[in-house]
Amino acid sequence: MNEMTITSAQYATDPLSGNTDRLIKATIDGIESWVPVEAGNRHYDEIMRQVAAGELTIEDAD
Amino acid sequence: MALTTVRPEGMGFNTGRRNLIINGAMQVAQRGTSTTGGGFLVDRFELNINNTDNIAITQSQDSSGPSGFANSWKILATTAESAVAADERVRFRQNIEGQNLQQFAFGTSAAKSMTLSFYVKSNKTGTYAVNLDQDDASRIIGSTYTISSADTWEFKTITVGGDTSGTINDDNGAGLIVSWYLLAGSNYTGTNNTSYGASADGKQAYGHSTTWGQGTNDNFFITGIQLEVGENASDFEHRSYAEELALCRRYFLRYYGNDSPSFPRWFNPAYANNSYMGGQFTFPVQMRTSPSLTFSLTFQNADNGGTGSVSREGMILFCQSTSAAVISGAYIDNNSSDHVTADAEL
Repeated sequence: MNEMTITSAQYATDPLSGNTDRLIKATIDGIESWVPVEAGNRHYDEIMRQVAAGELTIEDAD
Repeated sequence: MALTTVRPEGMGFNTGRRNLIINGAMQVAQRGTSTTGGGFLVDRFELNINNTDNIAITQSQDSSGPSGFANSWKILATTAESAVAADERVRFRQNIEGQNLQQFAFGTSAAKSMTLSFYVKSNKTGTYAVNLDQDDASRIIGSTYTISSADTWEFKTITVGGDTSGTINDDNGAGLIVSWYLLAGSNYTGTNNTSYGASADGKQAYGHSTTWGQGTNDNFFITGIQLEVGENASDFEHRSYAEELALCRRYFLRYYGNDSPSFPRWFNPAYANNSYMGGQFTFPVQMRTSPSLTFSLTFQNADNGGTGSVSREGMILFCQSTSAAVISGAYIDNNSSDHVTADAEL
């Protein structure tokens, strides 16, 4: 597949529930994206592949 | 007089829904009608450009096709690849959910044949490779077709037998990846793939020999893609635009404000306090998985926003303000940039 360029990733806070582990705010191919923490989502799968490969770190939520 | 119709054993009709390919007539293009480079443009088809160093490609939804088709997908090499290195390739593909493929009974002694058919046109004649890759079982089979006459629509069919060994999982993951090659380096062409076997790079484009992409303005048009059970290609199953759009939206959807010039899309507030307002969008169909979201919104007495949660059924959008005393909300305005996208592609 095309290389998916992910330049940043940070857990996002849901202002309603306060959850900080359900979404990742990531810059993917230059576009700010909100990625659900769910296997099978191709962006999440790629984020986790890059994390496992030591190519990307997911920052904690603000 | 009583009429009795007898259907001989083994002469079954494959009527009703036959085509496992979505958007095979290239009717739906939610992302736009032209773009530069790889990725998705027409819904459900992804163009992959890997490791190339010269070629420049545009893709577009074209308003031409063989008789009975209003659209096709055009891939154009505006700059040629000067020499094809071993690891270079250009291909496009559609991933099909495993749960939609159970009728093929792969992995059992009753595994059924499948037939792929499509219309194709190119300035570059020659032999092109196609493969059918089972993601769950890591098994693959391939074939080739030949474009005989330049710049002429031709109808192609490829039939492969059923795979009695490779099971396709009954789930929402990629059960079958159908790939068409346009350009392939030697890493992808060296291993025979004419019978089912373990997936390998060398089996991706076995037999591919066209020089497509090595000439400036090499073009490729395709439409009328159908994958069905059996050993023969039936007439293309035309579906209405509304049906095809709904099928596509399981994988991707995009709301534009300028879809409706006098009707900007406000999201309906579901919750608000002094610094935050949240509202819910329900997707028009259940998506394949919880989608990734992108936004460009117009805020009213608010200055930022995003999503708090998303599921296959819908999403919660929120907006908040660092200065306004009262938040009015957010909406997709009637301009060219405001949008919300939800991506659950395979």
